[in-house]
Amino acid sequence: MSNTIPSDSIGIVTPQCIHFDQELSLRSGNVLSGFDLMIETYGELNTDKSNAILICHALSGDHHAAGYHDEEDAKPGWWDSCIGPGKPIDTNLFFVVSLNNLGGCAGSTGPASINPETGKYYGPDFPVVTVRDWVRSQVMLMDYLGISQWAAVVGGSLGGMQVLRWAISFPERLRHAVCIAAAPKLSAQNIAFNEVARHSIVNDPNFHEGRYLEAGTYPKQGLMLARMVGHITYLSDSAMREKFGRTITDLDNIGSNFGRDLRTGKLSFGLNMDFQVESYLHYQGERFSENFDANTYLLMTKALDYFDPSVDYEGGLSAAFENSNCKFLMMSFTTDWRFPPERSREIVNDLLKAGKEVTYLEIEADQGHDAFLLPIPRYINALSAYLKRVHAEGAADAS
Amino acid sequence: MRPDLEIIQKWIQPGRRVLDLGCGDGSLLHYLNTSKSVTSIGLEIDEGNIERCIANGVNVIEQNMDEGLSNFQPDSFDTVLLAQTLQALSKPHILINEMLRVGKYGIVTFPNFGNWKSRLYLALRGRMPVSKFMPNEWYDTPNIHFCTVTDFDALCRENNIKILTRTVVDSQHQGNWAMRAWPNFLGEIAIYHITRD
Repeated sequence: MSNTIPSDSIGIVTPQCIHFDQELSLRSGNVLSGFDLMIETYGELNTDKSNAILICHALSGDHHAAGYHDEEDAKPGWWDSCIGPGKPIDTNLFFVVSLNNLGGCAGSTGPASINPETGKYYGPDFPVVTVRDWVRSQVMLMDYLGISQWAAVVGGSLGGMQVLRWAISFPERLRHAVCIAAAPKLSAQNIAFNEVARHSIVNDPNFHEGRYLEAGTYPKQGLMLARMVGHITYLSDSAMREKFGRTITDLDNIGSNFGRDLRTGKLSFGLNMDFQVESYLHYQGERFSENFDANTYLLMTKALDYFDPSVDYEGGLSAAFENSNCKFLMMSFTTDWRFPPERSREIVNDLLKAGKEVTYLEIEADQGHDAFLLPIPRYINALSAYLKRVHAEGAADAS
Repeated sequence: MRPDLEIIQKWIQPGRRVLDLGCGDGSLLHYLNTSKSVTSIGLEIDEGNIERCIANGVNVIEQNMDEGLSNFQPDSFDTVLLAQTLQALSKPHILINEMLRVGKYGIVTFPNFGNWKSRLYLALRGRMPVSKFMPNEWYDTPNIHFCTVTDFDALCRENNIKILTRTVVDSQHQGNWAMRAWPNFLGEIAIYHITRD
């Protein structure tokens, strides 16, 4: 399939793999003797290296945040709506660095990589990594690139949690923290959904206790179910109604349809997929299961569950932010029920308690948690206005 | 700069922490940030204003003051501002007390309903006054709690709030000896600098 690359896209981008020889001691007590990080960069680093932005990805993201890998690429990177020339994270102004986190499955060292000590896939032997470990590996990447301070570290969801960890653990190494649709730690409900996902994966007969790659298979059904459950939590009720209620054009009828579009126009009175939403979830699950490593999924959900930077500080999260030196932009979305606005406000209030400089917006959006990936005008404008200031400040400091 | 803001800024010491309730487009905070090196945060609910604050480099939090300031710590600011917003609050007396819990000093400005023009308007026409500063009809106005200088003085007295300075100005934001003598009659805009007694 030939594809015309839109003019506001960064265009064709090429990932690069960076090898690190240094040891990385992990939170769990394990040590990685060396590792690879897959990265992409967009835009130009300026001479004083003050215009660099780090993008942190969420649960299923990777280094490919913007642009296309080749002319035939059907889809751009996962955050192409926000990264590119003239876009909020403007590649005409900033040098943007995006990576696949450690433990990922898109080229960075993870469970699907070969363990140099055994010559076999790491599989379940790959150590559990935490948000703190990721941020420490991102510091190593930053040093490798010769960047002493990020103009901003930006991320949504699990990416936003990495942003918070940056602000807490490496206060001198970023000027702005942009944390979108995140939470200070998971709720019991969040952990419960993650456990359903993990349970479905590890109980798939093809899981082979995590050694499915050695067995030449993968836990497709388990991964599918995990993604289907996850996907439901990413969308809001209204987003689902909108998505699966479009065949009815009469405005008066949209409300009564509740998004219950039928696939064939009639009920089957059997166990077939009658409704569009069912086939949509199956499609999403199937596509995901073919492109994502099950052990990585387990590991990423564990990193989410373990995230709670307040535990090391007497006095909670506000004490954790005590030494933070950056300014904060926090945003949430009204129909996000995975990490709802109240969770972002908890962070905002702890930042205020710590006397930090923070800007907070609650964006009206129907799309649920997924909204952070979508070009919602108010969100795009706010991010754009904020980062223009970040750039102007950087330029003023340099002159 | 709006002349009432000109008066307000003189009461703010350099390098202090300022909270502006209903900060609008952030122009006052922007001015205070740059000319007085204050650390500031504004609260605002209007989307357009919030975006202008961001463009001005002003920290702004989308928060409805009518829901209180309970997320702010006691004494976390030197000065808390409430400019031309008092009359739009659902419980002004609670917010005034909250301002002085969160901040050491408060600055409040509001349109003085005791002004002779308002009195004359009501007396002669028998209708709620509509003017340049209070342009809305009674049924369609964000301004639900009008008060007079005398009313606000009483509120401060009842709540043990000390008035450090009280200034009134006219619609051109000019003050004169007559206004100082009869503030509630001649002043169109009241400006108070307050603290806990």
